[in-house]
Amino acid sequence: MTAVFKDHDADNRVKTKWWASRIAIYAALLTWAVICLFPIFWTITTSFKLAPDVMKGNLIPWVDFTPRWKGWESLGLSPRLIGEVSTVREEFLKRFWNSTIVSISASTLAVVMGSLAAYGLSRFSYRFGFMRNSDISFFFLSQMILPPVVLALPFLVLYKSLALLDSRVGLILLYTLMVLPIVIWIMRDQFQGIPVELEEAALVDGLGIWGAFLQIVLPIALPGMVAAFILSLVLCWNEYFFAALLTATNATTLPVMVASQTGSQGINWWSMAALSSAAILPLVIVAIFLEKYIIKGMAAGAVK
Amino acid sequence: MTAPEGDLLHTVTADNIPEARRRFGKAIVWGSALLVVALAVWQMAYETGRVASGFETWRPVLYAYMLWATALCAAQVIVNGEKGKRTLFVLPAALFVISLVVFPLLFALYISFTDWNLASPNGPQPNGWDNMREMWNDGFYWNALKNMVYYVLAVSVEYVIAFGLALLLNAQIRARKFFRVVFLLPLMLSPVAVSWMIGKSMLEIRFGPISRVLREMGVEPSFFGSPEIARFWIMAMDAWTFIPFMMIMLLAGLQALPREVIEASKVDGATGWQSFREVIFPLMLPVSVTAIVIRIIFKLKLADIIINVTSGGPGGATDSVTSFIFREYRDRSNVGYGTLLAMVYLVLIVIFVTLLLKVVSRWMERPA
Repeated sequence: MTAVFKDHDADNRVKTKWWASRIAIYAALLTWAVICLFPIFWTITTSFKLAPDVMKGNLIPWVDFTPRWKGWESLGLSPRLIGEVSTVREEFLKRFWNSTIVSISASTLAVVMGSLAAYGLSRFSYRFGFMRNSDISFFFLSQMILPPVVLALPFLVLYKSLALLDSRVGLILLYTLMVLPIVIWIMRDQFQGIPVELEEAALVDGLGIWGAFLQIVLPIALPGMVAAFILSLVLCWNEYFFAALLTATNATTLPVMVASQTGSQGINWWSMAALSSAAILPLVIVAIFLEKYIIKGMAAGAVK
Repeated sequence: MTAPEGDLLHTVTADNIPEARRRFGKAIVWGSALLVVALAVWQMAYETGRVASGFETWRPVLYAYMLWATALCAAQVIVNGEKGKRTLFVLPAALFVISLVVFPLLFALYISFTDWNLASPNGPQPNGWDNMREMWNDGFYWNALKNMVYYVLAVSVEYVIAFGLALLLNAQIRARKFFRVVFLLPLMLSPVAVSWMIGKSMLEIRFGPISRVLREMGVEPSFFGSPEIARFWIMAMDAWTFIPFMMIMLLAGLQALPREVIEASKVDGATGWQSFREVIFPLMLPVSVTAIVIRIIFKLKLADIIINVTSGGPGGATDSVTSFIFREYRDRSNVGYGTLLAMVYLVLIVIFVTLLLKVVSRWMERPA
């Protein structure tokens, strides 16, 4: 580059170019931020609107319209109704609770089994019949391409004969199956990054392989496990297809509840908005506070 | 992937397992297996009416199966000692996946050649190749497959946007964490909530904000009227939720790039575009290919948004295979035919993904 002096022509050119690229970058960033945030903003504000506000297209709370609790009242979750008995709220809480239990247990189960399998595959060489390590890994990972629709109908019939239809246990089993390949994918990467010498030292000191795994390796791999757990949690919490087919009344999860509201008597803007907000808020909070882990989890397999 | 010969973690074991212990281990496996078979046969006989008493459901068989699985795991250690402890790492997951995938798949293969309709009283009757013939003449299924091609092609656009965003986030910017969290948010939202938030509310013809903006611009909004536009909006909503996914993988790839190479290209006088085209993009190929392949795999399962926003309309223009089969079951209870369609889809996917992996495998290696 030419020698740069202040107030020289070349310097000014470089400066304008730098400013132009700055402005372009921030404009692009802000545009996409608006694209990401507006639907969420719209949903949350709509849950505080009344019918006329929706029809007039009022956007900004306290400026365009006064926020009201009407939407949340239809869920029994407004300050006025919180002390009273409300059947809608019980219904909502039941669904919320189902979603919580199912997604947390499925993620836990998947992380436990997936971590064990990933550790084994990254440390020992196996032979099950014709299957070597790489075949076993491929077998686990190939489950990812299995479309849910292939399993849905056999499971429907199977669960019917096992009396597992419309039960949380049934959903937990399926969700575990669904996220297991992803957990194994993330955890294999984690364990490969841990030097074997650590365990060798532990073995010399008299621990067994399970002792070394539990006491030495697990604490080191914990952040990776948290990442895998959160990613599984997100996938399970949002799952709709199996829940819609395999549950009816008892074990229905939040997405099914959200989906079932849309059909009835036109659209109840405010109550739908409140319900959607309630369904997305837990994960939005998770995203804000645990963003680091989510990114870590998804980045794990991408970079070798 | 290079599979190392022998264990990475060596263990020295001197196992002297007495014969009695081995026999005990084998006995509990075979004993519990026998229990499963016996219970299953009994239950089968009860349901076909040959035995008078039996259980109400197949639950006891399930419990027996779980007992067998536990016995099999325990027997590994009892029979093989130290070597069994190693097997124990993989065995639970393997058993779980096999019992939840392989058995149902075999079962699915059987139902897909029956005329089973849940509404009909006489259960599944094998009907040979009838379902196959019906599928051959089912325009809607082929139409759904054709739509899947469009949906998969849309991944390329998502990739371009995601790459652009990853580059932006990797640039020297302030408030990087804020932007990263914001860009990640759509991925956290459930497709069902998204289909309400965007599909039913923001795209509402009369009061939705996007309709309003369009009307201001003098365009009469119609989102799900014509096939092309409806498909576009489905793609847009799906892209909105999944772009962060690719973006984060690409961002991780960008951050792992060797700094020196990019610096060197700058020193050699490459402009921004040149260094992107000649250095960054080639180095990013393996990550890009991984991200695209995984995204395509997720895309092949696309259903929730379609089911909730358009139910495949107008005229099947937005149908994905999954949403089509979902309705086949929901509206017509056609289990046999629906399962056949799903199995055919699975075969197509396996062929497609295998070919895809073959084709892209040469780009997975980093160029020297």
